[in-house]
Amino acid sequence: MGSRSELMYFAWRNTKVRVGVLILALFVILAIVGPLFARHDPNAYVGPPAHPPSREYWLGTTTFGQDVYSQFVHGLRATFIVGLLGGGIGTLLGVCIGLLAGYRGGMVDEILNMFTNIVLILPTLAVLIIIAAYLTVRGILVESLFIGCTAWPWAARAIRAQTFSLRAREFVDLARMSGRSSWKIMFYEIAPNMLSYLFMTFILQFGGAVLIAATLDFIGLGPTQGISLGLMMNNAVLWAALPLGMWWWLIPPGAAITAIVGALYVMNVGLDEVFNPKLREL
Amino acid sequence: MALRVENLRIYYRTLRGYVHAVEGATFSVGDGEIMGLAGESGCGKTTLGHSLIYLKPPMAYIEGRVFLDGRELPIWDMDRMNEFRFRHISIIPQYAMNALNPTRRIGPLIADLLATRGIDFRQILPELQRRLDLVQLSPEVLNRYPFELSGGMRQRVVMVISTLLNPSLLIADEITSALDVSTQRAVCEMIVEFRNRGFVRSTIFITHDMSILYQIADTILVMYAGQLAEKAPVEAIFRSPRHPYTRMLIASLPRVGARQRVERLKGIPGSPPPLLDPPPGCRFRDRCPLAFERCQEPPPFVEVEPGHFVACWREI
Amino acid sequence: MNLEERGEAVIRYLGRKLFVYLLTFFFAVTIDWLIPRLMPGNPVDIMVSRMALRADAAEVVRSYYIQAFQLDLPLWRQYLNFWIALFRGDLGVSIWLFPQPVISVIARAVPYDLLLLLPAILLSWVLGNQVGAMAARVRWLDNTVLPLAYILTATPYMWLALLLAWSLGQVAGLFPISGAYGYNIRPHLSWVFIRDLLWHWTLPFLSLFLVMFGGWAIGMRNMIIYELEADYSRYLSALGAPQRLIRRYAFRNAVLPQITGLALQLGAIVAGAVATEIAFAYPGTGYLILQAVLNQDYFLLQGCFLFIITGVLVANLIIDIVYILVDPRTRLGMVGE
Repeated sequence: MGSRSELMYFAWRNTKVRVGVLILALFVILAIVGPLFARHDPNAYVGPPAHPPSREYWLGTTTFGQDVYSQFVHGLRATFIVGLLGGGIGTLLGVCIGLLAGYRGGMVDEILNMFTNIVLILPTLAVLIIIAAYLTVRGILVESLFIGCTAWPWAARAIRAQTFSLRAREFVDLARMSGRSSWKIMFYEIAPNMLSYLFMTFILQFGGAVLIAATLDFIGLGPTQGISLGLMMNNAVLWAALPLGMWWWLIPPGAAITAIVGALYVMNVGLDEVFNPKLREL
Repeated sequence: MALRVENLRIYYRTLRGYVHAVEGATFSVGDGEIMGLAGESGCGKTTLGHSLIYLKPPMAYIEGRVFLDGRELPIWDMDRMNEFRFRHISIIPQYAMNALNPTRRIGPLIADLLATRGIDFRQILPELQRRLDLVQLSPEVLNRYPFELSGGMRQRVVMVISTLLNPSLLIADEITSALDVSTQRAVCEMIVEFRNRGFVRSTIFITHDMSILYQIADTILVMYAGQLAEKAPVEAIFRSPRHPYTRMLIASLPRVGARQRVERLKGIPGSPPPLLDPPPGCRFRDRCPLAFERCQEPPPFVEVEPGHFVACWREI
Repeated sequence: MNLEERGEAVIRYLGRKLFVYLLTFFFAVTIDWLIPRLMPGNPVDIMVSRMALRADAAEVVRSYYIQAFQLDLPLWRQYLNFWIALFRGDLGVSIWLFPQPVISVIARAVPYDLLLLLPAILLSWVLGNQVGAMAARVRWLDNTVLPLAYILTATPYMWLALLLAWSLGQVAGLFPISGAYGYNIRPHLSWVFIRDLLWHWTLPFLSLFLVMFGGWAIGMRNMIIYELEADYSRYLSALGAPQRLIRRYAFRNAVLPQITGLALQLGAIVAGAVATEIAFAYPGTGYLILQAVLNQDYFLLQGCFLFIITGVLVANLIIDIVYILVDPRTRLGMVGE
C-alpha cells in the first residue's frame, strides 16, 4: 500500500472521483452560501402564488406564494445535515458491530449476525410509521437517529467481511500476544488498515441517508418543522403542483437529490478503483 | 524438438512502467522430457510458464518466438492460440483446487468443455474413466459437484482434465506446493506416469522445491530474477552446478539427517533486484561472490557441455 | 451425501431462516403493541387532544379508545389479547373509514399493490440482469448503460414518479396522473375497464421499474465481472474454451447473489412503492398509509404495518426456497447464512 499522499494523488486523477467530488462540492457550496442570498424566509407567504421563475423569485413561488428558491437552499442544508448525521450514526454503529462480529467470531458473531439480519429484514418504513404516529414533535435529530439506527446493517456486513480477512494477518496476532485488549486491537490495529473501506462505507451510508430522509419527508413522516427537499415534494403533490404544471416546484428538489446521491455513488466506484486496483483496469 | 523458445521477453504492464519479468529466455524441451523450472518466488518461472499458453494482460508480449513440434505458437494472439490450447499445449494451474465451476457437476463440465472442441463426451468417456482410475478416483466423481470432493481429489480431477487430449506439452505450475509430503509423492508419480504412458509428451514442471525435481525431472532450468541461469540434466545440476546461483542454491538445501548444531543451514545473503527498473547485465551480480566488471554485460546462455547451458562469464 | 442427508441439510437451512423470520415477526408485533404504550403520556390522551373536541364529545371518544386499546386491562392481558386478535384476523376498526374493519380496507388495496409490485419487481430483475450481463462484456454498452443505471438507482422513487407524471402525463397528456382507474368507471370485468386500468397503471409501474432496473443492472454487471475473473473462468480460458461457455457459467453463478440481493432489497422496495403510490394517488397500501397518517387512524396504520411486515417475511421465505432449488451448495449444507 502506497503512502497516503500517493493514494490521494491517484484518487484525484480518477475521473469518477473528480466528477463526484466536484458535483458534491457544488451542492455543498450552494447549501452553505445559498441561504445568504435568500431574501425571504422559506415558509413565509411573500409572493404571488404559483408564479414561474422570475427575476424576483429565482425558482418561482409555491401555491401559497412561498419563495421556492429559499425553500430549496434551506432544504439543501437540511438534507446535508441529515445525510451527515444519519450516515455518521449508521457508519459508527455498523463499524462497531461489524468489527466486533468479525473479530470475535464464534457465538458473538452468530448472535450479532442474527440481530443484523432481523434489522435488515424489517422494512424500516413500516417501523417508522408506527413511531411517527405517536411522536407529535419530530426534529432533524430524531430523524437522523432513526435513519442511522436502521441503516447500519449494510455497513456492518461489509465491515465484518473485511475484518475477517484482516484478522488473520500477523500484526493482529502480534498485538494479541503483546496483551492488547480486544477493543484496542479493533480500533487501533484493524480499523486503520481499512480506512479506505471505512471511508467508502461512510459515503454509501451518507447517500442512503439522504435518499431515505427524502422518502420519509415525502410521506409526511419527517421533521415537523423546517423545510427539506423531500418535504418540498410532499407539499407540491398535496397542493396540486402537478395539475397546475408547476415544474419549478416539483423538479428542482428531486433533481438535487438525484445529483447528490448519484455523485456519491460514482465517487464510490472511482474510489474503489483507486484503493483496490484490479490489474485489468490497465 | 517438442518445444523451442527463442529470446522470449515478457513484461508486466503496471501503473509505474514495465516489470521485466522474463528477459530473453532461450531454451528447448525434448520429446518425453520432464523439465523442471526452478527458482525462488518472483523469479519469473510462473510468468514464463503461463506466457506459453495464456498470455493475458497485464502480461505483455515484447518479443520472442515459440515453436511447438515445429509449428510456431502465436502466443500474443489470444484467439489464434485457442487452436493449440488443450489439444497441443495444456496446463495444470497453481489454483487447481479452485479451477472447477462450483455449481456444475464434473461430468457435465467436462462434457461442455469437450463439446466446444468438437469432441463427443460419450466417445471419450471410457478413456476418461480409465484415467480417473489411474489417479485413484472413482468414476462416481463425474456425478459430483466440486465442493463434494476434497482439495486433493479436485486437483487430481484437474490433472485428468488437462491431459485428456494428450497434449504435446504440459505445464504443471506449482502443483505440489500446497500438499503434504505423501500426497506430493503421489502427484509426482502421476506426472511421471502420464509421460510414461504417452498421455503427455513433454512436461515443464514449475516449482521452487528442488528436492522434488531431483526425483522426477530429467533436466532442470534454473531462473533468477527473470533471467535464465542454468539448464542441465538433473544429475549435473546437483553434482556439478556451474552457475554461482545454482551452486549456492544446491548448497543451501538441507541434507537428510543433518543437525543444526553440526551443520548450519546456509542461505544466500541479500535479495533479488527489483524488476521495475532492473540493473543492466547479470542480475545476480550483487549477491554473487564471483562477480567482476564483465558482469555489467548480460552473459549469454551458452552450451558449455552437451546439454548443459549456463549464463555466466566465469564459465564461458 | 445421500438423499436423506441432503433433505436434512435443506431442512436445517430453511429451519434457521424460518426461526429468524418468526423472531422478526414477534419483534415487529411487539414493537407495534409497545410503541403507543411507551410514548410519553397516555396514548388515548394524545389522540383525543389531537381531535380538538368539546369536552363531552371528547369523553365519549376517550372511553371508546380506552376500550379499543383495552387499557383498562392489565398489561400482560393486553399483550395476549393483541396476539389472539391478530390470529383471528381482527385488526380493529378503521377510524378514517369508520365503521369498516381495517382488514377489509386493506384487502381492497392489496390487489393494486400486487398489480404494481409483482410485474415491476420481476421485470426489472430479469431485464436488469440481462442488460447488466451484456454490459459486462460489450464495451460501448458498458459506457452508456452504466452511467444511466447509476443515475436511475440514485433517483428517489417519488421524484421519478413526479417527473414521469409531469412530462408524460401533464405536459404530453399521454397518461393519467392519479388513481387506478377513471372517476367515471366502476370496477367490473370488461375490456373497457381493463384498458383503463392499464392506462392508469403505466406511469406508476414505469417509475418503480426504472429505478429498480438501474440497481439490478449495476449489481449484475459487477457480479459477472467478478465471476469472469474467478479461477474457474481462467482455467477454462487457458484450456481454450470459447467466451460463450465461460459467460454462460459466469451468468449462472452471478444470478445467485442477485437472488439473495432481491430478498435484501424488499424493505427498500416497499418504501419505494409507498412513495410511488402516494405520488400517483394509486389506491394501494401506500396510499392508505398516507391517509391514515393524515387522519390519525392509528388502527389502519397498525394494520398496514402488520400487513407489510408479513408480506416482506413471506416474500423472503419464498426467495429462500427458490434459492435452495437453484444453488446446489445449499442442498448439501455448504452454504448457511
